[in-house]
Amino acid sequence: MADEVGLVNDEAVVPIRSDGDIVTARQEGRALASLLGFSSTEATLIATAISELARNIVLYAKRGEIVLALVEDHGRRGIVVTARDEGPGIVDVRKALMDGHSTSGGLGLGLPGVRRLMDDFEIVSQIGKGTTVTVKRWKQGAGPV
Amino acid sequence: MADTRTTRSVIAPLALESTTALLRELVAHLRENRTQLREEWARRITEAKLLTAMTPEEVFAEATAVYDNYLEALETGSIEALETYARNLSERIIPRGVETHEVVGIVLLLRDVLARSLFGKYPADFSRVLDAYEPAANRIANTVAVGFVQERERIIRQQQEAIRELSTPVLPVRERLLILPIIGIIDPQRARQLTEQLLRGIRINRAKVVVMDITGVPAMDATVANHLVQTVEASRLLGATVIVTGLSPEIAQTLVNIGVDLGKMNTVGDLQGGIEEAERLQGYKVVPITMEPA
Amino acid sequence: MPVPILKQRDYLIATIQAALTDDDLKKLRDALVAQVGEFRSRGVIVDVTTLDVMDSFAARTLRDLSHMSRLRGAETVIVGIQPEVAFAMVQLGLTLEGVPAALDLEEGLAYLDRKTKRKTAAK
Repeated sequence: MADEVGLVNDEAVVPIRSDGDIVTARQEGRALASLLGFSSTEATLIATAISELARNIVLYAKRGEIVLALVEDHGRRGIVVTARDEGPGIVDVRKALMDGHSTSGGLGLGLPGVRRLMDDFEIVSQIGKGTTVTVKRWKQGAGPV
Repeated sequence: MADTRTTRSVIAPLALESTTALLRELVAHLRENRTQLREEWARRITEAKLLTAMTPEEVFAEATAVYDNYLEALETGSIEALETYARNLSERIIPRGVETHEVVGIVLLLRDVLARSLFGKYPADFSRVLDAYEPAANRIANTVAVGFVQERERIIRQQQEAIRELSTPVLPVRERLLILPIIGIIDPQRARQLTEQLLRGIRINRAKVVVMDITGVPAMDATVANHLVQTVEASRLLGATVIVTGLSPEIAQTLVNIGVDLGKMNTVGDLQGGIEEAERLQGYKVVPITMEPA
Repeated sequence: MPVPILKQRDYLIATIQAALTDDDLKKLRDALVAQVGEFRSRGVIVDVTTLDVMDSFAARTLRDLSHMSRLRGAETVIVGIQPEVAFAMVQLGLTLEGVPAALDLEEGLAYLDRKTKRKTAAK
């Protein structure tokens, strides 16, 4: 996993197996975001997104992992969060990204909400193989000069 | 002053000598009739309802200056002086609210007034006069118009920067009441800053009511409208009620079109009404002080 | 880690003191709903000042708590939501609709006093 494009630093891997791990993942995420110099508001947005992603893993796949890393692109710096599971996969990804859609008892805000909290959002899901959601958030005003 | 090298770019190279000579003759005619033509031009400007933001005296003064610069440019083929003048003129008149079409309009009018006079004077040489006069006149018109537009764009850029830098003030008016006057275009970035600032302001001032006045917001698209709704919702989570005032008919229409739940929005027509509503929510009543006779 | 519940006058006050797991939150909800009946409480205050993330699960649990305790005769008010947390919540689409919110404990108490007095007067 360390050879993934754009990752420049060691990454933090948080295994997700129970709801307690959701708390760990978001605390790690906030710590890394603060380390990267994100404002406290931005760190909160990132931690909230991580919480939702980790919760999806617990809800739908039972187990998986959250990978946190620093990302650099043309002088921009940011944080990349990868939520990976080997669960059942999402049948209709498009639908899962629509507001108000849920397959697990009224939560359903997860993915569209996460998308709004972060700058970049990518999802790859294969039925029976699992789901990987990759989200990034770039530091404000840290764009190429 | 007539330098053929600078003239070459202005007029057709064919029959250069005679054209230059003719142009000089034309300029002499226009200079002789300066008073009359200048008045004619000023009259046409007034008739066409151009430069209405300026007084007749101001129009006449500018007309004189433009006229003289115009003739000089015609004569020398050098538009530098005119360029400088056009820039100065733009700087002076843009703040007065003079529009691009007015500036283009007056220059085209001058071109027309002068051309008519020249055609009257040289009825037999119509096409030669045209050849000599028109390219130069067009270039001058172009210079003035471009100068004006560039100046306008510069001012617009400057204003955009100023607006971006302008922090939206969160004003504590009285105990637990904040006023947030928003002026200018809101983009998502600004909407976000504004919300963060407001939420912090609510916490620091322990505000119960916020009057958000958007009279100065010219337009709003769906994204920004949604940001605004989020601002209202986030404020509620901190225990503060937001009253939105100064919604223009256009923005009201946008909100309805995108299906914003107006039930969530507490809206009052204007800022004054908003403050009155805030006082009502806070349980205050404003009564006039009865002056006791001394 | 269980959340201590304080009983004061007609009110129950739960002050969240650490990051809560989903399980902790559910336990808190159930405990509050049970105690509302036990102590015949008129109001519930959940102080989330130290909560640094409110995600969809937390928001839903608090909303459920509010609805459940209302059915059992107590008004619930959430106090102390931090500005950043509120900002993240609305971006996520969590508005806690129908759940009263107040700035802090003091405001929450004032809110409940107003609310329960009005009810008494109406009866």
